[in-house]
Parts: sequence; structure tokens; C-alpha cells
Amino acid sequence: MSGLEGSIVQFDNVGLRYGTEREVLSDVSFTLYPGSFYFLTGASGAGKTSLLKLLYLAQRPSRGMIRMFGSDVITLPRKALPAFRRRIGTVFQDFRLVPHLSAFDNVALPLRVSCVAESDIVKPVADMLDWVGLGHRADARPATLSGGEQQRVAIARAVIARPEILVADEPTGNVDADMALKLLRLFEALNRLGTTIMVATHDVHLLKKVPDSLIMRLDKGRLADPTGALRYPPRRPTHIGGVRG
Amino acid sequence: MALNEVIRRNQPRFGAERSGLLQQARLAGPMPWVIAIMVALTVMAAAAGLALSNVASSASRAISGGLTVQVIEAQPAERDRQAEVAVALLRNRNDVAEVRRVPDAELDRLIEPWLGEEAGTADEAIPIPALLDVRLRGPVTESKLEELRAALTASVPAAAVDAQSSWLGPVFHAIHSLQWLAIGLVMLLAGTSAAAVWLAARSALGSNRDTIEIVHLLGGTDRQIARIFQRSIAVDALIGGVVGLLLGLIAIFLLGSQFAALGSGMVAGGALGVVDWATIGAVPLIGVAIAMFTARLTVLGALRRML
Repeated sequence: MSGLEGSIVQFDNVGLRYGTEREVLSDVSFTLYPGSFYFLTGASGAGKTSLLKLLYLAQRPSRGMIRMFGSDVITLPRKALPAFRRRIGTVFQDFRLVPHLSAFDNVALPLRVSCVAESDIVKPVADMLDWVGLGHRADARPATLSGGEQQRVAIARAVIARPEILVADEPTGNVDADMALKLLRLFEALNRLGTTIMVATHDVHLLKKVPDSLIMRLDKGRLADPTGALRYPPRRPTHIGGVRG
Repeated sequence: MALNEVIRRNQPRFGAERSGLLQQARLAGPMPWVIAIMVALTVMAAAAGLALSNVASSASRAISGGLTVQVIEAQPAERDRQAEVAVALLRNRNDVAEVRRVPDAELDRLIEPWLGEEAGTADEAIPIPALLDVRLRGPVTESKLEELRAALTASVPAAAVDAQSSWLGPVFHAIHSLQWLAIGLVMLLAGTSAAAVWLAARSALGSNRDTIEIVHLLGGTDRQIARIFQRSIAVDALIGGVVGLLLGLIAIFLLGSQFAALGSGMVAGGALGVVDWATIGAVPLIGVAIAMFTARLTVLGALRRML
């Protein structure tokens, strides 16, 4: 198992079904290493969002094993999950901003959940809003923001607490090319600081923007692995033969 | 301290400080008003129960050592003689604190509403027993009654001795029944308030489900989320409690002034004391505590069904 040492996420033969429906994910096995940048691609309905839900602990798998941060999260007691979730930043496909909170309060939410003192919140949140170009809209409610602005708020909220893993579901879907590139640079900056990044996207052009990224492709709920690099047990990222962006 | 270190601290004060996370209607919503009505009714029921308790205690104290001796004799002269003997006998006893023969004029006034004027004084008058109002130094027990009866029988054969409390027994039973009714009402109202809070908490959970899910996914704990609801419900309950207390107090003062106008000694014994007012003042606070506890249980129960 030496190949798994230092892994941050490990999926082993994971399957997921909702109710009695057929499996939306089948036999998914892969390992993510700290500080790596992954793209998750696949057609609509391939299971990208379901896989991300497992990653940000919104769902438990129907079968298989998932280890995160060195712990088996399937057998983890429910009350231990929040501490794990605080180590994961998530950009939801539908943003999931709290509608009656301002952009500032939405971005501040992860810090407040983590009990950061108000005096330690104001500057980082203001800086983050400035960084995503929304410093002037700090007091705006989500309903008054455009789709692109909402997405930037969602991204700011996901990264404000410097998570160890950032999971983003189509994070550039509603922004223009310039902003998409800027957001990718933000992800790369976080990645350089050691955050493991997993971005689900349809946008093939995006894959080429991050040269050091690794690509995982889902096809009908199964992880396509043409190079064999993601097969369990996988090798360390520097040797992963995943398709380079 | 680096931000990453700061966010690892684990003092979950989030809920207490961030109740703004929930969309709240406050006075525009039904919750404070439902609680206001419940508290007003509880305050009135509690006041009634406490007043009845005071009436019972005061009347019980007043008659606890009292007994009545009737000299039931048709011949007025013999009745008077036996009454005098009874008074003399009783006054010589150490366990008797006070003996008073009720004057005929007072007796006439007592029976006048039922038998008409001069019922006991006219020639063909109905013979009215002579009444002795006796106050003992200790409580009137069954053995004490027997002892007095035995002492009087030889010299006053027409004497009938009764404890005054036995006359008022049915009244005390009625008062105790009303007290239990008031306690039952208070319990029912507390239960109804808890049910109303349960419904409100479930409704708030439903309408804030998306927000709760987001907070959950961002790492919020059940306790943090429950605390947000607790605080929100507590504010509603406090607003409703204060309004309900005011409404209840107005009702108590209005009813109190009506009863005070009766001028009855028994009713006067029902006046509320400092402890009673403190108990009534605690009703909204108890209401807030019940509301917070119910909200916490409801929310934690609902959250447990989420991952």
C-alpha cells in the first residue's frame, strides 16, 4: 500500500445509487494526492455531480470504501462529518448562496461556521470579494447579482477558509472567458499553496489552461481510465499517466 | 495567527451570533401571537389557581380551631339554661381559648333570609337552637370532638358539637377541584405551547431547508444550527411572553377588582402575595425555556435525518 501513502482522498470500488434506481456510479476507484489539480470531465449525466457529492460529503456511497484525510468516511460517525466538511471547499453548480444574506455574509459564512472572530473576518472577506471583482457589491443580495457575479461569490465562499480540498462543479459555467481564466488562476494559486483541486467541467478549453492538471473522465458512471493511471492502487501524481491538460 | 489556524478553533458560538441566517417574520408571523395568547391564558389560570389556594389556606386557618355547639331544645327557658351551663363548662377547660354565645339578634339575622322576620321570636316561632361559637387552642380533631361531646353530654343533654371545618368540607373540596383544574389548564397550555413551537420549528426548518443544507455542507454542526433556531424561537417567545403577560395581568386586575367589590371575607383571603406575583412573572420565562427546549429537540431530531 505504499502507493497510497500521503493520499488525501481514496475511492475504492465505490458505487452509488439513489433509492432503487440503477447505479449512477459504479466501481469508481481513484486516489487524489495533496497539492494536485484534477479536472473531472464527462458528458451530462455521466455522474460528475454525484461523484463530487461524495467528495464534499453530501452523500454516502451505496458500496465501496472512501478514505479522506486518512479516515474511513463511510463508517465515520455523523457528528464527526462537520469537521471534515470544514476542510473541503465546495463550489456548487447552482451556487447555493443564502438568498437573504449579502455577498459579504455569504462569503463570510464558512469562517463564521468555523467560529472565526468577527474582527478576523472582515478583511479577508473584503479582500476576497475585491479579488473576484465584487468589492463594490459586498452588500448586494444574490437576487440582485448576475449569474456570473453569483458564481464568483460562490467561488469566493468556497476558497475563503483555505480548504485542503476544493471541489468545484462547473465553476466557470456562467462567467466570461476573462473571468473564467482569472478564476482558474485563483484555483492554481490555491493549488500552489497546497490545496488539492477537483474541477468538474464540460469545457475542454479549460483543461488546456492548467498544464499540470490531471484529467479524470466519467462515462456512464464509470471512471474511464485509458492509461490505467487511475486504477487502484494508483501511482503518485507525478507518475500518473492521466491525460494531461 | 494564520487564518488556517484561526479557523481550526472549535468554540461553536456561531449559532448564538448568527440568527440572521434564518428568514424571520417576527411580529408579522403567527408565532409571537400564539405564544402571547398561551402565556395570557396560562397567567390567568395560574393566578386563579394561586388565588384559590390562598382562599383555601386562609379559610382553613380561620376555622381550624373552631367548633360549634348547638343546644337543640324546644323550651326556650331550658335551652337558655343548658346554654349557660355549656358556656360555663367550656370556659373552665384549658383547651378552650374562647367561647361566645351567638346573640339571638344575630341568629335572627342569619335565618331571616330563609324563615322571614321574627321567625325565632314570635309566639308560634320555630324553635331555633342556641349557638355557641367555640375556639380551641389547638386543632379540632375527631378525638377532641369526642372528648368535648362526652364532657357536655351529662350536663347539657341537648348539645350537639360539630367542627366548623366539617360544614365547609364541600366548599374546600370544590376549591381543591378548581385548583386541580387550574393546574391541569396550566399543564395543557404548556403542552399546547410546546406543540405550537414544534410546528413553528418544523415550518421554519422547511422554509429554511436550503440554508440549513448549505450551513451543513460548509461544516456547520447540528448544535450550531439548533442554536440558531433556539435563539430565533426564544426571541419570538420572549416577545409573545411579554405581550401575553401584560394581557394576563390586565385580566387579573379587572377580575380582581370585580371580586374585591364583593366584599366577602373569603374572597379577600384569595389576594395574591409576593411569591404568587413572582410565580406569575415567571410564566413567560418558563414559556421561553419550554419554547427553546422544544425547538432544540425538534431541530436536532430533524437534522439527524440529514447526513
